Amino acid sequence: MKSIVAALAVCASLLAVSVVLAQSGNTEQRPVVKAPKYDPAIYAELQKAPEKARNRGNPLANDPDAVAAGALLFRQHCAECHGHAAEGSPKAPSLLVPEVQEAAPGTLFWVITNGVVRRKMPVWSKLPEPQRWQLVRYIKSLGGSAAAAESVIRKP
Amino acid sequence: MALVGRFVLLGFVSVSVVSLFTPKPAQAQENPYLVAYDHYLEEPGNLEIEYFSTFGTERGGNDFHAFWGELEYGVTAWWTTELYLDGQTTFNDSTLFTGFRWENRFRVLKHEHFINPVLYVEYENKNGADKLLKEVEGHDVESDFLVSNDVAQKEHDHEIELKLILSSTFRGWNFTENTLAAKNLRNSPWEFGYALGASRPLGLKAAAKRCTLCRQNFVAGAEMYGGLGDRHSFGLHETSHYFAPVIAWNLPSGWTLRVSPGFGLNDNSHRFLMRWGVSREITGFAAMVSRLLGGRK
Repeated sequence: MKSIVAALAVCASLLAVSVVLAQSGNTEQRPVVKAPKYDPAIYAELQKAPEKARNRGNPLANDPDAVAAGALLFRQHCAECHGHAAEGSPKAPSLLVPEVQEAAPGTLFWVITNGVVRRKMPVWSKLPEPQRWQLVRYIKSLGGSAAAAESVIRKP
Repeated sequence: MALVGRFVLLGFVSVSVVSLFTPKPAQAQENPYLVAYDHYLEEPGNLEIEYFSTFGTERGGNDFHAFWGELEYGVTAWWTTELYLDGQTTFNDSTLFTGFRWENRFRVLKHEHFINPVLYVEYENKNGADKLLKEVEGHDVESDFLVSNDVAQKEHDHEIELKLILSSTFRGWNFTENTLAAKNLRNSPWEFGYALGASRPLGLKAAAKRCTLCRQNFVAGAEMYGGLGDRHSFGLHETSHYFAPVIAWNLPSGWTLRVSPGFGLNDNSHRFLMRWGVSREITGFAAMVSRLLGGRK
């Protein structure tokens, strides 16, 4: 009986500490994320897309809702690593650089589908194909800010 | 066993509480399966907290409610590890903790292929009163559950379970086949089982606005699972089999709900199993822990 009471006491204490720690974490501001270092080798995966995949056109190229839907999907699944504005983070590279922005839609679709498993990017084929194409539309829509992003990221 | 269970339970509760208060849930894109596995692993650094429940009928005995809590963590893009804590209530009998399991899944191939293999390795430390039916193997039959909890809990099992998961996604459909081999480490023969699953989101395109009831948030399908005998008597003789429609609802808040009524397919099977589960995915769990411990800013 004593051991059960002791176990319950420890459990309650841990719960209390956990809640306090977690709540104090909630009030903190989002941690400052270091700007990612530009490394062309990271983007080498794009070159590995087979020709057949590269040449695929985006079936949602003319869908007026695709960019907005892609933005939501990006926030849900990609922003944690690539940054909320796709600017990159220590976990994953920027998607605003020319290597990505100038890549064919089919290439981006291929990378999203296959992931870069050894660099911690999971495969995203669990998102249905149309959703992956919506993501591609959103990423390509960021192209306007690519030059600005490049000037920031490429600075030593 | 009780001491180990208590420590594991403490850890589980603490991590769960910390995680539930975290401000960064992610809308999960979960499959609806409760028994079968597909080839998708947890994203690296993410933690998924899950609770599942199974109500089962028992002919000639007491119906039961088995339940488990689960912590699923993405170690890398090719390795997911999970800890389970199991318990059950047998009506007109008692409620008890039945053990824990540690599961690991490894993605074998770098890229996506038409068929994607995943290797599954699990260690189970449980007692004989375990009624989860998370997998059906060997000659598991309904009458095994007629033993009272008092007697059944005296049997302690250490089991290794291996699975080969072959999964394919085609035009929005997922098809998966799991082959299972399990061995009680106390000189029992290898036992075998299977699970099959097929599922598809109700909507393939995402809506342009955040929504709760959109078709894309629902994934429906069916699974079928059962035993295949053991090394000495491989086959369908004296085995049980189930068919279960499944549906998952992925909420934008990061929660996923799953429901699955299951039906026994022969006289060795429980007639009816009602399963449901709730889970929540926490993105950036590893980073959160690192910050709490004063690590990377």
